Amino acid sequence: MAEFINGTGRLVIVGNGMAGARVAEEVLARAGRERFEITMFGEEPWGNYNRILLSNVLNGSQDARDIFLNPLDWYADNQITLHAGDRVDSIDREAQVVRAASGLAVPYDMLVIATGSRAFVPRMDGLQSAEGGDRHGVFVFRTLEDCTRIAACATKCRQAAVIGGGLLGLEAARGLLNHGVGVHVVHLGAHLMDAQLDAPAGAVLRSTMERMGVHVHLEKNTTAILGEDQVTGLQFSDGSILPCDMVVISAGISPNAELAARCGLTVDRAIVVDDAMRSVDDPRIYAVGECAKHRGRCYGLVAPAWEQAAVAADQITGRNPEAAYQGSRVATKLKVMGVELASMGIRDAEHPGDEVLQYSEPKRGMYKKLVIREGVLVGAILLGDMSKATALLQAFDRSTPLPEERASLLFDLGAPSSEMTMLEMPDEAQVCNCNGVSKGAIRKCVMGGRRTLKGVMEATRAGTGCGSCKGLVHEIVEWACEGNVEEDPSVHYYVPGVPLSKKDLVRAIREQQLKSVSAVFNALAEGLEDAGSKMGLASLLKTLWGEEYEDERDARFINDRVHANIQKDRTFSVIPRIYGGVTSADQLRRIADVADKYQVPMVKITGGQRIDLLGITREDLPKVWQDLDMPSGHAYAKSFRTCKTCVGTEFCRYGVGDSTGLGIKIEQRFQGIESPGKLKLATAGCPRNCSEAMVKDIGAVAVEGGRWELYVGGAAGAHVRRGDLLCTVGSHEEALTLIGRFMQYYRENAKYLERTYGFVERIGIEAIRAIVVEDSEGIAERLDAAIQASVDAYVDPWLEAREPATVNQFHSVLQEVSA
Amino acid sequence: MTSASVEHSAAECDLGSVSQIPAGEGREFRVLGRLIAVFNTRGRGVYAVDALCPHRDGPIADGLVGGSVVVCPFHARKYDLATGEALDGGCGLRTYPIRVTAEGQMLLSLQVG
Repeated sequence: MAEFINGTGRLVIVGNGMAGARVAEEVLARAGRERFEITMFGEEPWGNYNRILLSNVLNGSQDARDIFLNPLDWYADNQITLHAGDRVDSIDREAQVVRAASGLAVPYDMLVIATGSRAFVPRMDGLQSAEGGDRHGVFVFRTLEDCTRIAACATKCRQAAVIGGGLLGLEAARGLLNHGVGVHVVHLGAHLMDAQLDAPAGAVLRSTMERMGVHVHLEKNTTAILGEDQVTGLQFSDGSILPCDMVVISAGISPNAELAARCGLTVDRAIVVDDAMRSVDDPRIYAVGECAKHRGRCYGLVAPAWEQAAVAADQITGRNPEAAYQGSRVATKLKVMGVELASMGIRDAEHPGDEVLQYSEPKRGMYKKLVIREGVLVGAILLGDMSKATALLQAFDRSTPLPEERASLLFDLGAPSSEMTMLEMPDEAQVCNCNGVSKGAIRKCVMGGRRTLKGVMEATRAGTGCGSCKGLVHEIVEWACEGNVEEDPSVHYYVPGVPLSKKDLVRAIREQQLKSVSAVFNALAEGLEDAGSKMGLASLLKTLWGEEYEDERDARFINDRVHANIQKDRTFSVIPRIYGGVTSADQLRRIADVADKYQVPMVKITGGQRIDLLGITREDLPKVWQDLDMPSGHAYAKSFRTCKTCVGTEFCRYGVGDSTGLGIKIEQRFQGIESPGKLKLATAGCPRNCSEAMVKDIGAVAVEGGRWELYVGGAAGAHVRRGDLLCTVGSHEEALTLIGRFMQYYRENAKYLERTYGFVERIGIEAIRAIVVEDSEGIAERLDAAIQASVDAYVDPWLEAREPATVNQFHSVLQEVSA
Repeated sequence: MTSASVEHSAAECDLGSVSQIPAGEGREFRVLGRLIAVFNTRGRGVYAVDALCPHRDGPIADGLVGGSVVVCPFHARKYDLATGEALDGGCGLRTYPIRVTAEGQMLLSLQVG
């Protein structure tokens, strides 16, 4: 294994389905094209398509062309040799060669088996024709070709029986319904979709389906397909008969593991792999997707295959030798015959303390059930009403503590639901108000083949302005994909150009002592510089290294290169720091003099209680700063911005705490501290909250008894959110300590550009309180020391007026060349 | 601001030393009335393109650069500096041939690349 730890050589992927192609994509994303000569084999004679959408092809709502994920060009563009329509027959592990049916032999250094699965066909009589071949009118539902043949046959038939009432069977039934044929679902179990639903949910689903015209036959064990040449019906073990003239068998899947078994790999129904997705017998061979068995489990869904492919790629390329697949918590959200349903985790209480919440309204086809263990969601079934599905899926995925008021998990209480359903929303409705993108444009983009939120956002620019519509864009993409949204792996990266999560990135930066942005690109991104990643990396490196950070000015946004905010006419706005918004006649006089001297076109009071001089040219910036003789207000940076204050006890007759005093101290201490997103603070002298401290990233509100309530995660910009109460403290000093500790925790753990309102919601206020206030992880002392180091490292950037950091820092046009 | 003249012999304009532009950044040059952004990239040499973003006149020279891609600071439109292509669709940038002499002088040709 050691010789391949660097990940180079010949990589062969057997299987070109969703798992195989995903492995190829993940390997390419880790600079695999330079390191590997990649060869792929696929039994089907085309590129790779989205098998989940086959039922749309069957019901005619999508064209076969629309479900391709990677067309043949993609393979050529990425220098992958694809043998489409050729089956690999044997693997010679000794010689490290795969041999295909065509006689082709391809040597490998690394091999990935992603052969997927085929339809499981239960034993019954009459499956084959008299000559022993496949019987006319009997189908499985697995490939694009199956789809075409089923559709062609359905137009000539009157009654179609689908054997299997699981997810795939119902999808097939849905497809058939549109071909004008009578549809019967025959199921062995006592209720439909027994892998995902409990009995009451199955019953609700059954009546919904029957209303649509599907006949459901439960607890029927098919023993024979009747008829001489033509199919005439199904024979069941209870003696009854169902007349029909075509049969679709969709009774589950069976992993394609024969190839692996023949070359001596351990196969127990599927290929047995370890946490690295590697065969337990041969370190050069990996197995991914439906043909793999991990910790005793095979998965038939796409999300686990995605996760497995990422781990395999980390291992194969040597990018992360510690990458381990931990198994997937299976959660699905799908639409069966127009009925939306979601299922996650377990279906019933398993432990004595488990709580079960259940609500059923069969007439409307609605059913909801939650299983809660120790305050955390461990299972759920939702049918018919998906308004809570996204929130519950998140709570399940992240194991976040649930609210005490359990009813709010099932229903929107209080306000009537005014939200338009996606179907009702007109195509021309504007979704992204920054870039003017309509619902129709997003829908068309999805129809055009983009199935990731990121892909749609890039193509339409929806959600790329202020970002407040991103949730709605996500919902529309989800709706347009009918729930089959794919996840772009880069959403988990801290920055798009370095394929690592924030945690892994921080570890690599610390281990490898990477102190500049270009050092990170060289060590962790194959030397490939990415413009969109520079600012995020610069912010993180500054947080991690403080004074040791090797600043490269080209990694900064223009505002941070010249310490001012660029305006639409290419002039800049200059906002000097006015601590706590408390100024003096002397300061105001200087500002007025500057406004006169430089003929400043606009002088404005900002929302943060500061004075903004607008329309300053780049060349004048250093002179303006020197004349002002005030430090930078940092109104351009992703950093601590301002602390608004009210007058508090000094003058106000309601004030119960010295809010101006605390605000000034906060601002003197934290000025210029960089953070993943900007930090706007406020202090209020009483709960009347005139300085709006409840809707700030951090707010301190004085309460009677000399105490301060600290709120975090508030917002009143593109997103409006009331802050969560973090804790109550007894003094200014205590407030400064806790504010600093929260800031440092946010700096270290937030994603780049993630504001505190998103961060606090993502981590949860209880978890933050435990760490920051109660020191549950024993890191409080370290956080305090780290923020202190950043405070100590602060230098007013406007001092660069005297000593520019780079040549021509404040000049844009360097030369005039004339004839 | 200094003023230089066109080297008529080579039909190239001498823009002066590349060291006027900090590593990885861009600056503007007004050449025969035309405003041109010149980039001194890390590892990919020097590029010259139109200085104004065709979208809303953003200052391209102030954009962040990654490889040969520049991102306009106004609304994050992306362009390939080598070809001028707008990477998220729309109108592209004009490119101009530019080279750096052994002495570090930048020579720009106004002939559109």
